[in-house]
Amino acid sequence: MTSTLRHARYVVGENPVTLLAFGLLIVMLLAALLGSSIAPYDPLATNTVRKLEPPSRAHWFGTDQLGRDILSRVLVATRLDLAIAVGAVSLSFLVGTAAGACAGFFGHWVDRIISRLTDTIMAFPLFVLAMAIVAALGNNIGNVVLATAIINLPFYARMARAEVNVRREAGYVEAARLSGNSALRALRCHVVPNALPPMMVQVSLNLGWAMLNAAGLSFIGLGVRPPTPEWGILVAEGASFILSGEWWIALFPGLALMLAVFCFNLLGDGLRDLIDPRRRT
Amino acid sequence: MRIARLLVTLFVVGGLAGHAAAQGRSDTLIVVTESGPNSMDIHGVGTNRPAYQASWNIYDRLMTFGVKTLPDGSRMYDYQSLKPELAESWQMAADGTSVTFKLRKDARFHDGTPVSAKDVKWSFDRAVTVGGFPTFQMKAGSLEKPEQFEVVDDTTFRVKFLRKDRFTMPDLAVPVPVIIHSELAKKHATAQDPWALEWLKTNVAASGAYKLESWKPGMETIYVRNEDWKSGPLPKIRRVIVREVPSAGNRRAMLERGDADVSFDLPPKDFSEMAKAGKVAVVSHPVENAHAYVGMNVTKPPFNNAKARQAVAYAIPYETIYSTALFGRGTLVTGNLIAVNTFGYDAKASPYRTDLAKAKQLMAEAGYPSGFETTLSFDMGFATTNEPMAVLLQESLAQIGIKTTINKIPGSNWRNMLLKKEMPLYINAFGGWLNFPEYFFFWNYHSQNAVFNTMSYQNPAMDKLIDAARFETDPKKYAEEVRGFLKLALDDVPRVAVYQPNLDVAMQKTIKGYQYWFHRQLDYRQLAKD
Amino acid sequence: MRRGSLLRLVVKRLAAALPALFAVIVVTFLLMRAMPGDPAVYFAGLSATREAIEQVRQKLGLDRSLPEQFVLYLRDLARGDLGQSITTGQTVAYEIATRLPASLELTLFALVLALAVALPLGILAATRPGSWVDHLSRVLTTAGVSLPTFFTGLLLIYVFYYLLGWAPAPLGRLDSVWSPPPRISGLFTLDSLLAGDAALLGACLKQLVLPAVTMALFVMAPIARMTRASMLGALGSDFIRTARASGLTRGTVLYRYAFRNAMLPVVTTLGMVFSFMLGANVLVEKVFAWPGVGSYALDALVASDYAPVQGFVLTMASLYVLLNLVIDVLYGLIDPRVRIEA
Repeated sequence: MTSTLRHARYVVGENPVTLLAFGLLIVMLLAALLGSSIAPYDPLATNTVRKLEPPSRAHWFGTDQLGRDILSRVLVATRLDLAIAVGAVSLSFLVGTAAGACAGFFGHWVDRIISRLTDTIMAFPLFVLAMAIVAALGNNIGNVVLATAIINLPFYARMARAEVNVRREAGYVEAARLSGNSALRALRCHVVPNALPPMMVQVSLNLGWAMLNAAGLSFIGLGVRPPTPEWGILVAEGASFILSGEWWIALFPGLALMLAVFCFNLLGDGLRDLIDPRRRT
Repeated sequence: MRIARLLVTLFVVGGLAGHAAAQGRSDTLIVVTESGPNSMDIHGVGTNRPAYQASWNIYDRLMTFGVKTLPDGSRMYDYQSLKPELAESWQMAADGTSVTFKLRKDARFHDGTPVSAKDVKWSFDRAVTVGGFPTFQMKAGSLEKPEQFEVVDDTTFRVKFLRKDRFTMPDLAVPVPVIIHSELAKKHATAQDPWALEWLKTNVAASGAYKLESWKPGMETIYVRNEDWKSGPLPKIRRVIVREVPSAGNRRAMLERGDADVSFDLPPKDFSEMAKAGKVAVVSHPVENAHAYVGMNVTKPPFNNAKARQAVAYAIPYETIYSTALFGRGTLVTGNLIAVNTFGYDAKASPYRTDLAKAKQLMAEAGYPSGFETTLSFDMGFATTNEPMAVLLQESLAQIGIKTTINKIPGSNWRNMLLKKEMPLYINAFGGWLNFPEYFFFWNYHSQNAVFNTMSYQNPAMDKLIDAARFETDPKKYAEEVRGFLKLALDDVPRVAVYQPNLDVAMQKTIKGYQYWFHRQLDYRQLAKD
Repeated sequence: MRRGSLLRLVVKRLAAALPALFAVIVVTFLLMRAMPGDPAVYFAGLSATREAIEQVRQKLGLDRSLPEQFVLYLRDLARGDLGQSITTGQTVAYEIATRLPASLELTLFALVLALAVALPLGILAATRPGSWVDHLSRVLTTAGVSLPTFFTGLLLIYVFYYLLGWAPAPLGRLDSVWSPPPRISGLFTLDSLLAGDAALLGACLKQLVLPAVTMALFVMAPIARMTRASMLGALGSDFIRTARASGLTRGTVLYRYAFRNAMLPVVTTLGMVFSFMLGANVLVEKVFAWPGVGSYALDALVASDYAPVQGFVLTMASLYVLLNLVIDVLYGLIDPRVRIEA
């Protein structure tokens, strides 16, 4: 454990950007956990007398069209956005990895079917597919998570398939089979754990992409219901105010979104360095 | 290095040439709009609203409305004054059962063919036969059967009345009864398509003030003046380019930078700011016979209970909605159902105002002391005003115990939802082309249960009053009937009108001659550029 | 690669792609019909009665069973009939044929811009791994990919058009005062170049700048990342060490040998990025009023207009298959050592 920690410290020290990313992640997690308690105002409470006020001491991020405090809304939205991203990526990771691993390990018709499925998904223009899924199944958060998970599936399936394929013939796997483990057990206990590390890196990068996807869907009105705060919907609301000079309504949620995605992307690189320095890009 | 120099030259030359071309803008009007026409045929199925603007300027109708100037200097159509367009005069029959029109002898279609009465008959037969919106609109003025339309001779045309209906004459001047070049259209008709619906969708067979120079659906439509137009004074603007720019912010930016001349469809906040800033001119006019309202489905609980409905009427934050969602671009009506510039308007008619204490009391009387849960729906296509209104309404209703979940419905599905008539609580709007109160009530409160009667309100007493008012000839009885159905609607309160919207237009200060029309589209024929 | 085996590869790849294309058609068909809007109601117009709506439903063929509708759709597809759009009133085939070049032009320009920035950054980062230049390039490119495109687009319009007036009005491919060049390829820039109209070319380029920059920002990261990775790989390889040891200059080593060998994976990334951009430029097109297939599909989707969305998805999927095929072939042609499993 200590050697891992020491290695981690070395990696983080080597790459100050990773340190920055870790710091951002901690801040985000804190905001997600404590959001509603540390928010200065109720994110849903309107106060139309003080609408469209620029950032001031009373309202650090200013107020929106209905007088709601933007700082509070951005803080409280952290939990929802992280939940959507983590939910979507977890779902697609689990299902995709399982499918890809089976395809890579068992080959033949299992491989063919699963590959066809992933090819089909990949052939779609992804954003439009996500839009269509949300529109067809119903305009709520659950479907946004589902849609984002579906369009990310092929990514994990392909990776898992490739990684498992490479390790399928490895010595330790053969040894496991020879000592009486079933194919499935060998897959589950020996191959997959070794295939996981490079995939974890992609999970981090995917988290950022999932968040942007959800924001894009909110921009066109598919996604979260008003008055729930979510970064994408906050940016969409603020977009119509940019040209009239109320820049703060879109800027702060936009920055929050950007920082979150930024953090996940950089973390991905750091994780890669931590787990498998030879694969560093 | 050479490439860099070439690129720089291109940019400079491009910039200069662009500037030179811009000088030719003085006889061209550039209009920016959110979306454009999807058809050139107003009688076609699925024709959208922007297509009415195209039709209005490209086609002629028998008559048009005159113009009146309001006290603030703005101009609007005069719905009480019908003026000649394609018809140079008309004569009511002595017995009042028909009207005979004399067509202009010098009127020509764009290809030079003289306009004759048989073109008018063909066009009117078409309008009442194709079904859908055009037939429905013709019916609103008792124009229902081809037998009503008679060709007397080449330049004389007669319309026989089915019944005495004060809407008939004005209905002949709305956008729908256009005069189509029947010979040209018939050349492109087929056995399956006798009215040439396919061909007229993308082609024009008209005699109007403007010709269609080019049409790129989804991008732009360009009109050019018909120099031989005789049905009115020749327009001053030679060329009109209507560009589709979906982003409202971009439209505003273009107006303020002078790259566009006119724009409708901007958020109320932008109109309010531009009016104050004074760089561009903002012309405002209350939309006639229209209001935005909170509707309730009266056939199902909880809103089948009149007291629950009244509770909602007392819980709506009228002032806040007016200033925050609408930015004051309209008239606050606080429940009043007859619009500001319509006969029967009574500013004091509505008893409602924001009074949460009274609302809570009514909830208790209705049998819901601890409130209930429901959904609040609105049309996403109008989210700019609807969404803040919904959020404010949600907050206010929560204070009297009504917990709502907000449902944003995409525009394409909105009509479907209205037709299904299942939404318990929703925000909607309606505006009628013919500025008569019984016209409005007929479509919104009559038990014929048109799609616009979104509340499914069915009350024989109401029907009686509306039916009587529609064909009433005695002015005193008419006023009484109008007061009657207004009071009934306010007592039963199946819907609560919140505000009457304005039609706002922003234009460069050099644009003159703008006039408000009931169809809310831009009429290029009256405009001029200094 | 011999010509015979190349042809065999192409045929085999296309055949393998057909099931995926078919599945795409089926899924889109089902998704469209699962959407809440009722096109018959929309089509029949504002005040249609129930009878009128049923008439329209019959006319649109929507009263038939799903399998029947699907068979009819396939039959129309075989004839090249992609259906008609309710919202624009035009045939889908016509719309896609006119709008696809617009999207392609924008995507190509964005790609060129992205390459112009990301390639040098990647190479620079690879030659100085671990330095501040390396970190800075990573931070910059990652920042670009972290912003939502619609947000970046709006910000750029605000700053460069509204505040500074440097960029032209964001109203699409060409300002109203210009008429488009005679159509040869559909790409306005290429066509105006072929027509010899320098002023027109300038006007087209001016309109392209902001939307292309918005899109380019988004794809710089994967390109820079892949360039850096494969350059690092190439620079660390034996043959480079030999080249250096043989005394070749730095420039020659870098460009003549390392770069060209490193380009292969970058080409693959480019292909992926290009097909991704084609599908993902929906929001950019919306913000800049760019008349491309993306905004067309978006409007149709929001209006539950089946035919355009189906047509759009099919077109994109086919392009994706074609693109992958082209890349595989290129790969095989460029690097004879690479044996592609067909």
